[in-house]
Amino acid sequence: MQFVSQIGGSVINGLAYFGSLASLGGRAAYYTFVGPFQGKPLRLQRAVSQAMDVGVRALPILSLITFFIGLILALQAAYELRRFGAIEYVSTAVAVSMTRELGPLITAIVVIGRSGSAFAAEIGTMKVTEEIDALETMAISPVQFLVTPKFLAMIMMLPCLTIWANTLGILGGSLFGVGQAGFTLRRYIAASIDSLFLRDIVSGLIKSVMFGITITAVGCLEGLSTGAGAEQVGRSTTRAVVMSIFLVVVVDLVFTALFFFLSEH
Amino acid sequence: MPEEIPDSLDSQTMISLRDLRVNYGDREILHGISFDVRHGETLVILGGSGSGKSTLLRTLVGLEKPTSGEIWIKGKNIAALSESELDEIRKKIGMSFQGGALFGSMTVGENVALPLREHTNLEDSTIEIVLRLKLEQVGLEGFEYYMPSQLSGGMKKRAAVARALAMDPEILFFDEPSAGLDPIIAAGIDQLIVELKQAFRMTIIVVTHELASAYLIADRMVLIDKGNIVAIGTPDAMRASTQPRVRQFFDRVPEPEVVRELDYLQMLTEDPRRRSESTERRP
Repeated sequence: MQFVSQIGGSVINGLAYFGSLASLGGRAAYYTFVGPFQGKPLRLQRAVSQAMDVGVRALPILSLITFFIGLILALQAAYELRRFGAIEYVSTAVAVSMTRELGPLITAIVVIGRSGSAFAAEIGTMKVTEEIDALETMAISPVQFLVTPKFLAMIMMLPCLTIWANTLGILGGSLFGVGQAGFTLRRYIAASIDSLFLRDIVSGLIKSVMFGITITAVGCLEGLSTGAGAEQVGRSTTRAVVMSIFLVVVVDLVFTALFFFLSEH
Repeated sequence: MPEEIPDSLDSQTMISLRDLRVNYGDREILHGISFDVRHGETLVILGGSGSGKSTLLRTLVGLEKPTSGEIWIKGKNIAALSESELDEIRKKIGMSFQGGALFGSMTVGENVALPLREHTNLEDSTIEIVLRLKLEQVGLEGFEYYMPSQLSGGMKKRAAVARALAMDPEILFFDEPSAGLDPIIAAGIDQLIVELKQAFRMTIIVVTHELASAYLIADRMVLIDKGNIVAIGTPDAMRASTQPRVRQFFDRVPEPEVVRELDYLQMLTEDPRRRSESTERRP
């Protein structure tokens, strides 16, 4: 019975957590879409500087990682395909896998590691040093000031980063294609593009936006609910990364299934 | 057992507390606090650790919601206001936090300018002038381009005061202004508070446990112990009081810090800085 009540408790906690995330997202959405019409303008400059951090500064590491992932994909696909004498389908395998799944997912994971943790650490530290309280006493909403710019930045940057990731993944695959599968670079790229449908790319981009929203909500929520002391900031940051990875995978499952069933007709 | 019964509301009263009770979860921290703060008065709230003075301060500025009771500021009961109405009151008050709570990612000047940028339509050039003025008032002239991490403890406190003064508040709140400062720097901060008092005739509320500072700056003091007002009055009246708790505090008579583990745990759970709770109060 103890075990059952523990499960019940966990489910309730999980629902409460999800509720807090939704509440935070809702408030951020209010300040994005409704606030500007009520005399609380969007501070775009803050969003732009966040976008620099989230997006532009992630490019080097993201490029390396997704290039290697593309190469790995090509190697793994070729491993099977060559048994059927179909090694030229490597380009298809890499392109479709990257745009539909691995581009958005790997990008999300890199962003979690860089920005999800940074959001939690930044806001968590501000909570511990009473800077969040200071904002409130100055009649500045911490959600409007800190969270909304991050949401805007992530929603703008994640699709862009995903497109970049897709491109570099295909390039990584091309290294194998040119070296081992008899392609020229031009033919490989053309074959990759030919094998893609618009819905492959679009479904990946929609997922990337949802990942961005999830990562921001978790990072900011953990930051805002940090307890007192430096040790708590570390805990919040860790929790933010772990929960973000988990929830991104859940969101991935939901949307992948959704797209699957939508494509049946 | 307060020594002074609060007056009825009149135009000379800036803040009025009526039977204020504040809970953290099931625990009641403040047990029905009532007193008035007069216009232009400097009131020092004294108390030991766990007395509830920090909770009282946080409730006065709207960071905590009272469980029951009334807080009248400028004719409005802030315990019953919505967030946006509360924001209007907040624009007329300034708070200086214990560690300064300056935003580490901005310069001192940007810190001071923040309320002006958010709440006014002033031109950048005007804001520039105002922030230099405020910094000069606290003795930090020329430091607008420094980052908070480059300032000493005393300078951080001064910068925090400058930021609290940015919107020309009618009430100024200080949370432990001398905490963590050596006596000479602390005296400088006390001097600053006295200067602000004399120059602007602001209503000032200071929470502290430093008696020396309190004597210097207070028009009246109120001693809080375990969530109740023990005594309230002028520094001279407090010094002459024969109440045992007052004498113990003012004569620095030690007592064992903890009697039982349960009492200590109770004291720990009273401190708002040790709670972990998300700030979910805004629309």
